[in-house]
Amino acid sequence: MTMLDIRNFGKQFTIHHLEKTIQAVEGVNFSIEEGEFLGIVGRSGSGKSTVLKSIYRSYLSDAGAILYDSARYGKVNLAKATEREMLYLRKYEIGYVSQFLNVMPRTTSRELVEKALLEMGETEEAARCEAEKALDHFELDEALWDTYPNTFSGGEKLRLNIAIATVKKPRLLLLDEPTASLDYASKMKVREIIEKLKANGTTLLGIFHDIEFMEGVCDKVYDMRTRKVTQEVAIASEG
Amino acid sequence: MHEAPLLRVRDLTKQFGEACSSCDGGENLEKNYCPTCGTVYACQNISFDLYPGEILGIVGESGSGKSSMMQCLYFDSEVTSGAVYLDHIPALAGKNVFALSSQQKRAIRNQQYGMVYQNPIRGLKMDFSSVGNIAEKLIAAGNRHVGDMEAVSKSLLEHVHIPLFRMKEEPRNFSGGMQQRVQIAKALSNNPPILFLDEVTTGLDLSVQANVLDLIKGIQRDLGISMIVVSHDLAVIRMLADRTIVMLNGSIIEDGLTDQILEDPQHAYTQQLVYSLL
Repeated sequence: MTMLDIRNFGKQFTIHHLEKTIQAVEGVNFSIEEGEFLGIVGRSGSGKSTVLKSIYRSYLSDAGAILYDSARYGKVNLAKATEREMLYLRKYEIGYVSQFLNVMPRTTSRELVEKALLEMGETEEAARCEAEKALDHFELDEALWDTYPNTFSGGEKLRLNIAIATVKKPRLLLLDEPTASLDYASKMKVREIIEKLKANGTTLLGIFHDIEFMEGVCDKVYDMRTRKVTQEVAIASEG
Repeated sequence: MHEAPLLRVRDLTKQFGEACSSCDGGENLEKNYCPTCGTVYACQNISFDLYPGEILGIVGESGSGKSSMMQCLYFDSEVTSGAVYLDHIPALAGKNVFALSSQQKRAIRNQQYGMVYQNPIRGLKMDFSSVGNIAEKLIAAGNRHVGDMEAVSKSLLEHVHIPLFRMKEEPRNFSGGMQQRVQIAKALSNNPPILFLDEVTTGLDLSVQANVLDLIKGIQRDLGISMIVVSHDLAVIRMLADRTIVMLNGSIIEDGLTDQILEDPQHAYTQQLVYSLL
């Protein structure tokens, strides 16, 4: 089953103050099957993040369709879905993870993960239990559970973000440069986490500037330069 | 989604002044002001829906019509034209609440709405005790049992972190943040499905502001109350609102998911507002 089908996607930004319109990206086509992991590669400025943010609707797209097969609504075009539909999908079906934390101030890691569960309607007891499991699963040091994440390292913030997003058991998880600016050991951890998510059947779409690192985990790679999808096997044989 | 809105606002218009042949219907204005006859068009054709359990943010500069709109919704001031529907109440389904009798409006205000003003003086009687302030609202909503009312007041004040030994005190003795929390407790006392919050953190210092924001977020999560939060502060809106409406000169110029408004603003004014964010 095709989970996500992006057809002729395009996005431009108009900056009124400068009277400028910038075409960020156009003519993007790819699709992801259920349970697959697709990596997007391309140099910086090629529009990778624009594609991802448009799927999550942090950006409004201008052209094309983003067809997502929702458990609740069936096929929906995320470019045109209502705001309330998007909020529902974000709550229950689509997760977004980056290294940047954008959370309520003065909230501990544990509370952040619990909140993600509570807003889905879990009981406090279940939320507490699931939150601890998730923090443990993604190897966040137990000493950090009851502290505010402001001073966390990039890797720790990322793992907390992954925990917040994945306790909701999203069907589709968007990963925005999860390995950028991490050292080798932290990257290895991210790779292991992605393997775990994949093993759980989560469909994954991720942006990577160093896709080689994901070799063997990615099923398909979409190259922003050639606008083509290659199977992971092909990359392995090239290398 | 087959989800019914709790509150529907349609073409809400509020003008101060008689209008003249030059500006009738909102033509030839300088911002929201008619230079010929001096009529101010505070709100022009405001339409939106509020859904169960959501926080809707309304952002805009001073004078954009945010507070005028809230005052119309809460019947503090008369609308010029427009409609509000509360379809979840069977007796009111399809009826414009602005057209109801003043007695019916008062009943809606007492049973369906809670209001928290920017200035606590507007929402509280400063020389009544805090418990008395809440009891006043409870009596208006039809309560008559003194023991019950005192118990409800105490539990509400505790919920907003007012220490028990100060509950009998008058709000005029309290700090700004405490007054705001008493006001929130009062607004919640009749268990309203809809809460209006007008610039509630403006003028509070940052740590107190964070306290009030935590409280509001907690109320939404635990009680599932729908809220309209008006603020000129994008940071407050970002923390609280799922969806946001941007107002300028009395009109809605943009609406969307809050993170989309912040990351990909479409209108020139919204862009200016977002790019000014520190």
